[in-house]
Amino acid sequence: MATTLKPVDAVIVGFGWTGAIMAQQLADAGLEVLALERGPWRDTSTDFATGFAQDELRYMWRHHLFQNVSDDTLTVRNNTSQTALPMRHLGSFLLGTGVGSGGVHWNGQIWRFLPSDFLTKSHNEQRYGKQAVTDYDLTVQDWGVTYEELEPFYNQFDVLCGTSGKAGNLNGTIQPGGNPFEGARSAEYPTPPMPQTYGPTLFGKAATELGRHPFPHPTGNLSQPYVNNFGAQLGACTYCGFCEKFGCGNYSKASPQTTLLPYVMAKPNFTLRTETEVLKVELSPDRKHATGVTYVNSAGEEFFQPASIVILSSYILQNVRLLLLSGIGTPYDPQTGQGVVGKNYAYQTMSSVNVFFDDKLINPFIGAGALATVVDDFNGDNFDHSGLGFIGGAYIAGMITGGRPIEMIYTPQGTPAWGMAWKHAAAKNYLRSFSLSVHGSCMSHRGNYLDLDPTYRDIHGRPMLRMTFDFTDNEHKMSDYLTDRAAEIAKAMNPREIKLNRRVGSWSVVPYQTTHNTGGAIMGDSPASSVVNKYLQSWDVSNVFSMGAGAFPQNAGYNPTGTVAALAYYSAQAIVQQYLKNPGPLVQA
Amino acid sequence: MDKPVPGRRHFLISTAVAAGAGVAGSLGAKVHDGELGAPPRTYKGGVPWTEGLADQPPGISGTDFKFFTPAERVFIEAAVSRLIPNDEVGPGAVEANVPFFLDRQLAGPFGRGDHYYLGGPWPKGAPEQGYQSRFSPAQMYRAAIAAIDKYAHANFNGADFAKLSDDDRDKLLKGMESGSIQLEDGVDAKTFFAMLLQNTKEGYFSDPIYGGNKDMAAWKMIGFPGAHYDYREWVTRHGEPVPFPPVGFKGRPGWNGES
Ligand SMILES: Cc1cc2nc3c(=O)[nH]c(=O)nc-3n(C[C@H](O)[C@H](O)[C@H](O)COP(=O)(O)OP(=O)(O)OC[C@H]3O[C@@H](n4cnc5c(N)ncnc54)[C@H](O)[C@@H]3O)c2cc1C
Ligand code: SF4
Repeated sequence: MATTLKPVDAVIVGFGWTGAIMAQQLADAGLEVLALERGPWRDTSTDFATGFAQDELRYMWRHHLFQNVSDDTLTVRNNTSQTALPMRHLGSFLLGTGVGSGGVHWNGQIWRFLPSDFLTKSHNEQRYGKQAVTDYDLTVQDWGVTYEELEPFYNQFDVLCGTSGKAGNLNGTIQPGGNPFEGARSAEYPTPPMPQTYGPTLFGKAATELGRHPFPHPTGNLSQPYVNNFGAQLGACTYCGFCEKFGCGNYSKASPQTTLLPYVMAKPNFTLRTETEVLKVELSPDRKHATGVTYVNSAGEEFFQPASIVILSSYILQNVRLLLLSGIGTPYDPQTGQGVVGKNYAYQTMSSVNVFFDDKLINPFIGAGALATVVDDFNGDNFDHSGLGFIGGAYIAGMITGGRPIEMIYTPQGTPAWGMAWKHAAAKNYLRSFSLSVHGSCMSHRGNYLDLDPTYRDIHGRPMLRMTFDFTDNEHKMSDYLTDRAAEIAKAMNPREIKLNRRVGSWSVVPYQTTHNTGGAIMGDSPASSVVNKYLQSWDVSNVFSMGAGAFPQNAGYNPTGTVAALAYYSAQAIVQQYLKNPGPLVQA
Repeated sequence: MDKPVPGRRHFLISTAVAAGAGVAGSLGAKVHDGELGAPPRTYKGGVPWTEGLADQPPGISGTDFKFFTPAERVFIEAAVSRLIPNDEVGPGAVEANVPFFLDRQLAGPFGRGDHYYLGGPWPKGAPEQGYQSRFSPAQMYRAAIAAIDKYAHANFNGADFAKLSDDDRDKLLKGMESGSIQLEDGVDAKTFFAMLLQNTKEGYFSDPIYGGNKDMAAWKMIGFPGAHYDYREWVTRHGEPVPFPPVGFKGRPGWNGES
């Protein structure tokens, strides 16, 4: 039997970026806040010491910082005619766990979505006609929130992180050196862009020659020391090349640890409990109100934690699963198109182009999580899609995140994967090659969704989450078009040769792609078409709020966390300024 | 809705305190891997920093083999020496001590499948669904080595895999890679090949602390300087060779004056 604990004002499920942001916001508003985190405590000085943070085997391949899937994973399939089977080993995406979670082992690529990205349905319909958004059974929607509404909150995240970059559009005026396609920003980045190494510099030159508009990637790998508004001190990135999938020992990557935790942990009205896994959100008999959550600790003891507000910040896949397991909202049915929970699961559409030089030493080991020069000319609706047969786009980045030798040795077209020929190609090309990445959008589709698996269960006996996903023709066409644009830039660098890694075939759970899963708990302007309103508040149970990229109705051609954080701030402000005064739905259905 | 709570009396503490669950977190104990299994803890009033508590890499000790039988070891050497052969350009997998690395990996948490979900049922699945074996990596190696020798006996005049010529070993390995060869006893040839190749490259290029990449020779071959963490000086020195010899977690020979 579960032991009932003393009630709190707000319980936060999961303690990554969104959990930490909500903890700070709600605790500052004076609420008694408790965060429950499945994984352990982690911090910079003890867990990511610079002496051994550069351990590719331990962190990348033995998954030291990631979720251990041995007792809980999800099942995957490409379409409903298949039987979903467990993801038995992490591959396509790397789920986080522990304090800071994905915010610890992310790259620090910080983006805002384009103003038109928030209007994917109406904007594209208006410009290209109705069929543009319904072709291929796409189920794209508008977000119910606009770029202009989110802008101050994007800014708040930049100020928190000390984001390094150059504005391209300051209050509507285009600025040299930045991204001319971005939405209007109300402020310059807190710190200047990172100086670029050789590869990204060559990319920028070639892109300029082709008439594109390159700019330095906005980043949470800091270009210079920075003290944020909570007094947290970040150092300058040392380009160690062990960033993505690793913790930063230099305090130079923005993470919950380096920006928020020293402040939030010291607050008397905040408590963090680790090694505790929330099993379910408990509801009142009329199912309109959450009474709290049930969790289990690592000793197997169950507790009921009463709370007035429940914040789900357990990453999109766990959030959707908790909604389904708790009976909040109607599950989506791909046959009828009815129901919303699990609807519009989407991902990211990636491809790349490798360039190989004879005469240029690229030194790829001098890298950083977000070290890149980027071209945004073919992202979102920054270009005319007429006659192209797809919507969406991608940014193209001349990017060097590092030269980790198990993962990142590029060999030319036709090189075998092993044997003497492979070894010679590795020795010859390692220092003289790098990769352009094409980071593409992924539209939502009628057949792509999340629900509960009928067969497989976790160690607590709960059904696993089932993922049904494949790339559609829209994504393949977009990706091919964009990969060709990247190849043009690659060729303009005059390398010895290039190699195209197109996005072909069905989605596979095996190779790493991105941990940019989206949808399933989507936001919108009506309960018939969305799980949460624009404030991330559940339409069905008004004291439950669901954070994270699960709210994205479809995915844009950018990394998600800037938008995830902006939405969390936007939601927190609505809770503090509106909900606390008058608990109940913030938007009338 | 409760009224906003005024700050409760609290103590600024630098270590974990037990609350709620009534379980005292054992202070100073190492919490590993982000897995449920460490004691539940409650943190309040500050960052729970403990002096000297750094999560160091596990590393290995000793030189003895713990997992492979002598016969399996002969097989592994014969296989990895084809995956990464030796010549003057750089070490082969055997010269880089990959068989020892593999042995220690298989004898430890990786071999046990600590990060694999191995529960049933186990239907075959589509290639896109990834690893679908009920074997942990250690069980997979053991079963696969036996199955490959069986296949070699049946198809190459009764010889063990290790006794085959270079060409025949390559032929067999290629057949496994492409999936054109079927093995017995529940071993999927393609799955095992992918695992063996991946683990071989891991042993070849990972920090020497794990037993492979002997003398950092694989890093030297490609020009990777190892566990450096500060390249600021070199960021804008475009195209210049970086002259650092490689360094591992335990430093490099010569740091103590010996060499
Ligand atoms: C290798 C890698 C690189 C990335 N790079 C970038 C990048 O450069 N730019 C970018 O924008 N994004 C990047 N991302 C994505 C980014 O990490 C995520 O968008 C972000 O961390 C999501 O924050 P979150 O708060 O929604 O979830 P998380 O940070 O994942 O936090 C969720 C937390 O909830 C906990 N939890 C889950 N279930 C339960 C439960 N039932 N009970 C209790 N606790 C639970 C988890 O343990 C975890 O700590 C990257 C991700 C990875 C893995
Ligand atoms: S690349 Fe920079 S920000 Fe990333 S881990 Fe290394 S030093 Fe830290």
